[in-house]
Amino acid sequence: MIGDFFIPHAAFSRVVQEIQQWGLIVVSFTYLLGVVNILQVHSAKVQRRSPEAPYSIVLVVSLLGMACLGIFHDHKSADSPFIWLYNTVYDPLSATMFALLAFFITSAAYRAFRARSTEAVLLLSAAILVMLGQVPVGAAIWGPDSFLGGFPGVKDWIMDVPNLAGKRAVLMGAALGAISTGLRIILGLERAHLGGGN
Amino acid sequence: MDVQVWISYALTLFILSFLYKDNPLYKLAEHLFVGISAGYYIALAYQETIRPNLWEAVVTDGHYWRIGAFLLSILMFTRYAPKVAWLSRWPLAFVVGMYAGINVIAFGSGDLIIQLQSTMLDFLHGGMGAISNLLLIVGLASSLLYFYFSREHTGALGVVSRIGVWFLMVSFGASFGYTVMSRISLAIGRTRDLMLHPLVTAALIVAVTVGLFVWSRRGGGADQEIT
Repeated sequence: MIGDFFIPHAAFSRVVQEIQQWGLIVVSFTYLLGVVNILQVHSAKVQRRSPEAPYSIVLVVSLLGMACLGIFHDHKSADSPFIWLYNTVYDPLSATMFALLAFFITSAAYRAFRARSTEAVLLLSAAILVMLGQVPVGAAIWGPDSFLGGFPGVKDWIMDVPNLAGKRAVLMGAALGAISTGLRIILGLERAHLGGGN
Repeated sequence: MDVQVWISYALTLFILSFLYKDNPLYKLAEHLFVGISAGYYIALAYQETIRPNLWEAVVTDGHYWRIGAFLLSILMFTRYAPKVAWLSRWPLAFVVGMYAGINVIAFGSGDLIIQLQSTMLDFLHGGMGAISNLLLIVGLASSLLYFYFSREHTGALGVVSRIGVWFLMVSFGASFGYTVMSRISLAIGRTRDLMLHPLVTAALIVAVTVGLFVWSRRGGGADQEIT
């Protein structure tokens, strides 16, 4: 994989692409392994007649039903049962799940955002300014035609300058971490993923 | 009325019922969500990867060496046979090694170099823009120094890393504000959707409320703390 970056040769690229295809196939089979695991856990719950057993049945039936519809039927056309289930069940459920987080994130913020230190004040101010810059009521209070571009202008500046500086530092730190971990794995210094400790 | 509307609205309200407390309707929707999502991604993995890259590649295109990928994948399931469970490490080692190799290059050229390149900004000309550019450079350098743990953060390093913390805090606050707004916009989206058929919504709200009331009267959720 690393060699592909330094050896721009068609034959070598073909070998690398084949290895990547193998990787994709193996990763796809890990989903199947996950399903086997889910089935094991939930069938054990049903056998034990646990109070959660009816929910386990719902989970297993919906999993197998959706998977079978997607595998054995058309999975792309708008009127297929697979897409119907996606639009009727998956889409509203995922949107509502994430929407539900709005309530908890707000309540967590109320508890966490106490302006006790300089850092907390900065965090709180940035969050409030960004939120005000995002909504129409922010622009109504202090519009984009006013000094500094109003709340929307201040929000854009926060996102483009101090936020970008912090984000970039985290991104670069994560990149360095990923590179060093990758090299440690390749050199065999890191073997925890194989379950054998260090 | 379209059955799709009834089902999607009911499921939306089942999830929102968690705001009262953990209850059977929420658990039903939650388990359904997990099952449907897992089934969806399994079907996608088959249709988008296994079928074209393995089945059709071997059967139609005659790429018989892909059977090797299949055999390697099957080795993952040996973890259920304790005597040969060690074989399940082979596909894992293959995938981890492959992605480690990809990541070294992807993060190096895609993140590290490009981010550094984008920070090489002119801070001597351009008025207010130059001040912003200078702040960006100072913010990045000081934030990076905050992550430098090989020396104790005292003296000049302590001062610079503290400035770095301030930039990081502004960044976290901005990200938090953005996340809150995106979640609220999702909540507004769901509410607008529910308002498209107000009679269905009203009927389902009554049904869910009655259901929760009956469940609560029967002692359901008595062990839960209201937070």
